[in-house]
Amino acid sequence: MSSVRVLVGTRKGAFILNSDGKRKDWKVSGPFFAGWEIYHMKGSTADPNRLYASQSSSWSGQVVQRSDDGGATWNPVNNKFAYAGVPGTHQWYDGTPHPWEFKRVWHFEPSLTDADTVFAGVEDAALFKSTDGGATWEELKGLREHGTGPQWQPGAGGMCLHTVILDPSNADRMYIAISAAGAFRTDDGGKSWKPINKGLKSQYIPDPNAEVGHCVHHVAMHGSRPNVLFMQKHWDVMRSDDAGDSWHEVSGNLPTDFGFVIDVHAHEPETVFVVPIKSDSEHFVPDGKLRVFRSRSGGNEWEALEKGLPQKDCYVNVLRDAMAVDRLDTCGVYFGTSGGQVYASADAGDSWTPIVRDLPGVLSVEVQTLA
Amino acid sequence: MTEGGDGVPMIRVALPYHLRTLAKIESAEVRLEVAAPVTVRRVLDALEALYPMLAGTIREHGTGQRRAFMRIFACEEDWSHEPMDAELPAAVAAGRDPLLILGAIAGG
Repeated sequence: MSSVRVLVGTRKGAFILNSDGKRKDWKVSGPFFAGWEIYHMKGSTADPNRLYASQSSSWSGQVVQRSDDGGATWNPVNNKFAYAGVPGTHQWYDGTPHPWEFKRVWHFEPSLTDADTVFAGVEDAALFKSTDGGATWEELKGLREHGTGPQWQPGAGGMCLHTVILDPSNADRMYIAISAAGAFRTDDGGKSWKPINKGLKSQYIPDPNAEVGHCVHHVAMHGSRPNVLFMQKHWDVMRSDDAGDSWHEVSGNLPTDFGFVIDVHAHEPETVFVVPIKSDSEHFVPDGKLRVFRSRSGGNEWEALEKGLPQKDCYVNVLRDAMAVDRLDTCGVYFGTSGGQVYASADAGDSWTPIVRDLPGVLSVEVQTLA
Repeated sequence: MTEGGDGVPMIRVALPYHLRTLAKIESAEVRLEVAAPVTVRRVLDALEALYPMLAGTIREHGTGQRRAFMRIFACEEDWSHEPMDAELPAAVAAGRDPLLILGAIAGG
């Protein structure tokens, strides 16, 4: 029988939540790496027992943990992320040049075909690759050395490369997103990159057609239609039908189009989930109600999903990597909140139940569907 | 004096809880062979050779500088701002006193 394993990164450790295919009864394991921030954990589709975790703290910096047994045991691997060549500068908050400095790994994206190959999106923004299970890391420098690099500027959370999407139909194509530079695409396996931000409109950017400078919060893709991308930008929910070459807004009837997470149903490529957040000044859900919004039409028309979610006095946030979907027949959806709750829906969002209510603030949620 | 092989003193190093956990060290202190002159740099070199997972956690990769929130004490004195190549006190070099590596009291 199929089962699911939910990987939860929090501000004070990692947790692993296991259930069978009914997704009703859960076993909670952890905390792993107690006391450390776990920005992200993700498993390999090539070998589901291979997991990577980004462990960090302000005191001791970055640690990379790897498990080869589905999270039962872990071992640290190499944590040296050295920018290639002379890193140069990007813009600081005040617009002055600031040298590139490694701070942490925001996101691990394991290869779709090889468990030892994994990409790491880091702050200050760059993309690294390991082909030996994390024993060594090499920067794909063509991204950082893109001519716009000196114009990139950090968002409020730092200048982070937080999204890495691999095209399952084309091993040479990848998408990444950086706050607050924008989205980029490579068609040659990471050697060269192209900004894909046409159609994005961002308040406070003087040039409405600016090539970079957009605060992209997250991007999602359905594997069956790799040219269709959905984006939660700082403000605005966006859609591209041409692999990012152009974007159009699909915020439609959302109560607010600010937010962080966005994800796509495992079997319905036009079904999209977001969690609207009140504003960039007030990072919590509007009206004290925790609601996931679902569009079954690829955007513009959204329905509120609230069954089982708190509908009064709720003021949590849901961060950019804190939502995931499983691949069971009735698609499961999972998300974690800044208040430490992890909610699960076994019916594609129609109803929700908390798996756990009192974890440390959740930074990331990933799910593995196991045979 | 505690001695290791070849009569080299065993340096005692006390690590913060999170780094002991990371390196799977169960004892309160680790003991390292460090040939004279005993300096912070040489102690950290020996520590990272024995526990490679600690590389980058006390001093930065690349620059080799102490991480901002890590502090180093010897014989009840703050050595955090001393040069990495300064000779540590004789009591530390002889293994009578530990070299203390601490996480600064910061954050929540």
